[in-house]
Amino acid sequence: MEIAAVRRVATLGLLMGALLAGVPQARAIPAFARKYGLPCSACHQAWPMLNNFGQTFKDNGYQLGNDRDAPIYQQPAYWPIMFRISPQWHWESTNRVAVDKVPGSQSSGLVESTVSASGFDLPALDIVTAGTLYKNISFFVQPFIAPAGGTGIQQSWLRLDNLLASRWLNVKMGKFELDELISQERILTMSSTGGLYYNYFFTPPGDNNVFRGIGIPQLGVEVSGHSDNDYTRYSVSVLSSNDGQTGLPAGNSYDVYTNFTQAFEIPRLGMQRVGVYGYFGQSPTFFQTSNGRPIPGTGMGDRSFYRAGAYGLWYAGKFDFKTFYMHGYDNVFLGNAVPANQPSQLPAGAVGPTWNGGFVEADYTYNPRFIAIGRYELIRMSRQANPGIRANAGNLDTWTIGYRWYPFMSPRAGLAWVQEYSHILNAGSAPLSGKDNTNSSYLMGFDFDF
Amino acid sequence: MRLKIGFAVTFFFLLLSPCSLAQESHVGNLVGNAKKGKALYERYCIFCHGEYGDGRGESAPYLDPKPRDFTKATFKCRSTPSGSLPLDTDLYDTISRGVHASGMPSWKPLTRQDRVDLVAYIKGFSPRFQEEKPVPPIVIPPEPPTSPESVKRGSDLFQSMNCWLCHGQEGRGNGPSASSLTDSKGYPITPFDLSSGTRSKCGDSDAGLFRDLMTGLDGTPMPSFADALKPDQAWDIVHFIHTLRAGAKGGLSQAQAVPKAE
Repeated sequence: MEIAAVRRVATLGLLMGALLAGVPQARAIPAFARKYGLPCSACHQAWPMLNNFGQTFKDNGYQLGNDRDAPIYQQPAYWPIMFRISPQWHWESTNRVAVDKVPGSQSSGLVESTVSASGFDLPALDIVTAGTLYKNISFFVQPFIAPAGGTGIQQSWLRLDNLLASRWLNVKMGKFELDELISQERILTMSSTGGLYYNYFFTPPGDNNVFRGIGIPQLGVEVSGHSDNDYTRYSVSVLSSNDGQTGLPAGNSYDVYTNFTQAFEIPRLGMQRVGVYGYFGQSPTFFQTSNGRPIPGTGMGDRSFYRAGAYGLWYAGKFDFKTFYMHGYDNVFLGNAVPANQPSQLPAGAVGPTWNGGFVEADYTYNPRFIAIGRYELIRMSRQANPGIRANAGNLDTWTIGYRWYPFMSPRAGLAWVQEYSHILNAGSAPLSGKDNTNSSYLMGFDFDF
Repeated sequence: MRLKIGFAVTFFFLLLSPCSLAQESHVGNLVGNAKKGKALYERYCIFCHGEYGDGRGESAPYLDPKPRDFTKATFKCRSTPSGSLPLDTDLYDTISRGVHASGMPSWKPLTRQDRVDLVAYIKGFSPRFQEEKPVPPIVIPPEPPTSPESVKRGSDLFQSMNCWLCHGQEGRGNGPSASSLTDSKGYPITPFDLSSGTRSKCGDSDAGLFRDLMTGLDGTPMPSFADALKPDQAWDIVHFIHTLRAGAKGGLSQAQAVPKAE
């Protein structure tokens, strides 16, 4: 693999990261608050982040279990729908961007320069409708409207709850977020650089795995269960190997995601939680073709990959800490973007890339109306796909600080004033010099839902 | 002078606040802290039960039945005789279990300490918890075995004690008096639908049903039958209520047990 190509991929990855930051997220759902008369703070430590009561409510299929869950108990005019949008002012700066030496003159040659932009903006509009169709039958539908006008379905699923009269057996089918207690869908931060967990979306330099990460909602079926206070939880999902894309564009194989978590109490500190997870899958490395063009859905030459690790949610008074660790591996053919039926194309010394990553997030909840957030995240390549890739290519370090202030708490709607600053350093990803590349984001604005 | 009045007013309100009463609660070996309970109350409870615990939170107008008014210290779910204060464990159990067929969910996802802290804070809304001594809980004797005879006796008692007037002949909460019932604050209240499932208002065990019969649900039209029923008779009614539940098995069928309404 050419070094320049690696840089292109890294830059592309960076852009992907920025795009992913604009991916709509489920977040808080005031439709539930309106249904039950509970404020946001009942289910959210600070919305959109769930507390254990909210997690239990979610795991019960959006039911409180007090015989008031079925739609028949609501006013006929009640419509379980919410929208969310965040008008904001933000500033973005990226150093070492390849620009024409003379603006507009392609022949003037490329140089690296810092590019900055700022202004008032609107991110994607979230629309969510969710709740119960009937007692113990839940649903969730989340279309989205992207800033450029594109639309799509972020999530859409139906869940059969409490099968065999047991909390330990629930079955969900459709497109859904993977069962993650530290959820990308409910991340507290929302800036371009700081609005995502990078480990959830990481792909090594030069890799062409269809699977883009555990932060992306997937299509499949999930079996899950939990104890009555949600301290013990499990889930196992069987997922189509299409990275959550509809229309079966990739292969015919299936992936498996599993998560197990256990909470426990420490005197004077309260509940703590630990968990382990793993995503094990196969991705196609080439396609059946027609006149040389790949035919969608005919992915072949499947090769394996996995993402696995552990996490913890730690509480100490007004502080809570999230710790997350991931180890990743992609097969040598995926890592080198080489079809499995053409092994001779593998570069000398090619291997399956591996990496480790993680983050620590500390939140300070002064009261339900104010939360301060700080997060540091890193990814380190432990083995590149081939010797031609610089050892630290793909490594990143990022940190984010910010706060969310909720001027009021209501069982009808949510409003937050947000300020954030985030910074990311991508090792060796500058397109021309191969030096480190940095991005910075500052954001302030309103975040509201109804 | 103005400053002194300001201090006096502040002191007066401090006296009135639940925390100033320095309430404690005891459940098992846990001791509740009202100050910590206040923060939890403001996060989870205030929107229904209100800032002053008077059941007049922002969501209260939309809830049926209405949230409990803690200032009266009148609680439905107790193990103590009618008219007396609940034990700390009663309040803890209600918070943990929720109140079936109401807006009150189970708060079991909160830690045990959190729930005990909430009990401490809630007790601070009424001076009764400072002024009155706790009353021992009622005694629940062992449950005798269910038999067709006990169900029949229970059915007869269901009639003679006029339970059907509120709960209806089939236990569906639609008796002739149902539409005119109000709670102690004058709000309309619906009798519990005994046929709706296996859970009762204050628990899901037979002992819970027995307890509700003998303690009554204070603040509602449901009286205590402690003076009117012997323990065996109360158990007979519990056994009869089983037959009213959807899909009930064993004993007499509901059709056999319930006399035709005139």
